[in-house]
Amino acid sequence: MALPVAFFAVFFAYPVAAITGRGLTVDGVWQFGRVGEVLADPDIRGVLWFTTWQALASTALTLLIALPAAYVFARLDFPGKQLLRAVVTVPFVLPTVVVGTAFLALLGRGGLLDELWGVRLDTSVWAILLAHVFFNYAVVVRTVGGLWSQLDPRQEEAARVLGAGRFAAWRRVTLPALVPAVAAAALMVFLFTFTSFGVVQILGGPAYSTLEVEIYRQTAQFLDLPTAAVLTLVQFAAVGAILAVHAWTVRRRESALRLVDPARTARRPRGAGQWALLGAVLATVAVLIVVPLGVLVERSLDGPDGYGFGYYRALQSAGASGGTFLVPPLEAVWNSLEYALAATAIALVVGGLAAAALTRRAGRLVRGFDALLMLPLGVSAVTVGFGFLITLDEPPLDLRTSWILVPLAQALVGVPFVVRTMLPVLRAVDARLREAAAVLGASPPRVWREVDLPMVRRALLVAAGFAFAVSLGEFGATVFIARPDNPTLPVAVARLLGRAGDLNYGQAMALSTILMVVCAVALLVLERMRPDRSGAGEF
Amino acid sequence: MSTTKKFAVTALAAALGVSTLAACGGDKGDSGSGDPKKSKTVTLVSHDSFNASEAVLKAFTKETGYTVKVLKSGDAGAALNQEILTKGSPRGDVFFGVDNTLLSRALDNGIFTPYEAKGLGAIPQGVRLDGDKHRVTPVDTGDICVNYDKKYFADKKLAPPKSFDDLIKPAYKNLLVTENAGSSSPGLGFLLGTVGQYGDDGWQSYWKKLRANGVKVVDGWEQAYNEEFSGSAGGKKAKADRPLVVSYASSPPVEVLYAEPRPKEAPTGVATGTCFRQTEFAGLLTGAKNEEGGKALIDFLIGKKFQEDMPLNMFVNPVIKDAKLPELFTKHGVVVDKPQTVAPEKIADQRERWVKSWSSLVLK
Repeated sequence: MALPVAFFAVFFAYPVAAITGRGLTVDGVWQFGRVGEVLADPDIRGVLWFTTWQALASTALTLLIALPAAYVFARLDFPGKQLLRAVVTVPFVLPTVVVGTAFLALLGRGGLLDELWGVRLDTSVWAILLAHVFFNYAVVVRTVGGLWSQLDPRQEEAARVLGAGRFAAWRRVTLPALVPAVAAAALMVFLFTFTSFGVVQILGGPAYSTLEVEIYRQTAQFLDLPTAAVLTLVQFAAVGAILAVHAWTVRRRESALRLVDPARTARRPRGAGQWALLGAVLATVAVLIVVPLGVLVERSLDGPDGYGFGYYRALQSAGASGGTFLVPPLEAVWNSLEYALAATAIALVVGGLAAAALTRRAGRLVRGFDALLMLPLGVSAVTVGFGFLITLDEPPLDLRTSWILVPLAQALVGVPFVVRTMLPVLRAVDARLREAAAVLGASPPRVWREVDLPMVRRALLVAAGFAFAVSLGEFGATVFIARPDNPTLPVAVARLLGRAGDLNYGQAMALSTILMVVCAVALLVLERMRPDRSGAGEF
Repeated sequence: MSTTKKFAVTALAAALGVSTLAACGGDKGDSGSGDPKKSKTVTLVSHDSFNASEAVLKAFTKETGYTVKVLKSGDAGAALNQEILTKGSPRGDVFFGVDNTLLSRALDNGIFTPYEAKGLGAIPQGVRLDGDKHRVTPVDTGDICVNYDKKYFADKKLAPPKSFDDLIKPAYKNLLVTENAGSSSPGLGFLLGTVGQYGDDGWQSYWKKLRANGVKVVDGWEQAYNEEFSGSAGGKKAKADRPLVVSYASSPPVEVLYAEPRPKEAPTGVATGTCFRQTEFAGLLTGAKNEEGGKALIDFLIGKKFQEDMPLNMFVNPVIKDAKLPELFTKHGVVVDKPQTVAPEKIADQRERWVKSWSSLVLK
């Protein structure tokens, strides 16, 4: 417990509190009057309203589109299922700069919808909503589908035998068991879309703005720290409320269910209805996810002299024609991998310890900490980045110019995923096993090594994978941290896109494709290691 | 209780182990431990666009004995704001990348220590915006201008626009895409250009006409140039339909440089009457650990070697009179005779108000 608490206190709570406090004090006197002033501004109110309603609409739309898929992934068996589950998760870890480009190809001018029906949705709120579906599809499929696949279908069958109709059986037996998972997924999606940044900027155009965008502008552009601080507090309050509800639903689910092996619940589709559903889900995935990703791959291969690997070859040299980087872009791949590995190690240690502590202890304080661990997902990257800047500036913690700050910031985002993955498994370990080992004379570390570790090893691997993938795609905090000159993949892509010229654009697409492949491979490896009955893998 | 405690101790050890290991394996540079007075490392803090060729940085080390460590942190605005927040305890010795739109904010916050660079005489008075105070030293200039897609205008047999006035003519209806002045530096530059051209009272009515003529506003340069502008590589792939974009005077040479094979002529051109001049400055940070090294670095930044290396790395123009431009620039670049400028103090004063009224004029 001590280490995770210390980690969050030093690398999250303190920096965020410091930057917010700096904004709200003048010469040491608190200026709470600012809160009223900022909240009275009609523009800010507009932003608040838009942030809230777009998050609600995105969440509803995501559930509507992804729930049938959750059923299909849970109950039906079809070839390529594992690959597909990895593919739908790729968007979740891709940087938004890149996704914006891909998505415009679907919704914008000359895009698929435009060609087929002459419909253009770019710079409309629909583009934002659909992109949010694209990003969060996997959250619903994995969270709800993960649980659904472990519900015993025989319960529903029993209800049918007792005379219930098919729908009544589903409504009375399966639905109540699923509600907490659906609620948890909905809240995760709401959390992600409420704090949406890149998607809104790129696809919505300058007419739309969320709280997150506004905080960035006030901090990074205008240096209006008081306004930024008030907005941060508002976002905090909202996110805190969401997390409280989330923690409550997740806890209810964890205690209530007996789960079965998912391998036994899925069958090959039978009957026209199931085939049609499978077809519809596959078509949705194809249009909404595979097409945008495909566009990136296509553009990375489409050189001035037709298709080829020219852009990929260009990635290997720093100064092919002038030199955008001091290091060749391909080195960014290694930088990214190194940072992501360090971030994963930190996230695993901190998140694993937190999960272990949360398993062993109950009580309100500990539960509060559970929710607190999720907060970094809901706080603006610029707030964290600038907070680091003004707090980690004195020895022994003068980390402002150290490379370790990058993985530390990435680990902040990774920890919630580790905790979410480990917690259900650790809670499933029978306490009597540990007691028996202790009675037989094993020391606590040995108990952990010989009882807990073997049982949670696979969950640990899954958690590691998520933390790794999340750090690989993390862009926000990384940009605001002063870095020595070794860009990560997402940063390198952004820098390439920030320059004119065919080669730069092509290389940006090629690097994005590499990032996609690295993510997909990591996830596929994880799929292989998916624990059979533990319920891990959801987040 | 005790279980958790021991657990925590073990884990703490493990975590420390991880970070120690990481530190051992880290060749990512450290903050230069040892006696700061004799430090051989000088740290340059800048924005993401900073770039210099390795050979030139090595030449600096050879001349002065100092090694340059570069720290980049976000775009120009974010990087400067971070310097202001860490005033008095800076992360480096020299900051490069304050431009004239941000200069007053930097100076008012007093983050720089005056230093009169050696070789200042080679820089024209016109760009030395801090006059005799020498808190900042000009390093480069660049122009934000409307770029046009040559092929589009040739195909249509239409003359490309030359001036701000041209852009509101019916012939160029629905052709221009620009960036959000509230969040993008070229977007702000273009807005300031119109303020310079039409004055405090005139720019708003100009933008009303521009809006009526179908100007499109997107969030950032990346979207405008790569997605909407028909003259760029990305735009061609995205079937973009806007042949006019707010970009830089140096964008056409960059298009030539980053093409394989290199074309004989740039695919894009510059409307030279639509330009706003940006000047970027460097300054010695107050509280710098290595002040001597910092001074040497500023001297070097306005030295001939760095100045002549700069155009192909950051796509900006040198400030010293006798620096030679690379052939790429002389052949494919343009000379902007009369760029618009606005005094930095005025920008600092009015910027938020301008951006706000621009937003309500153009975005709502």
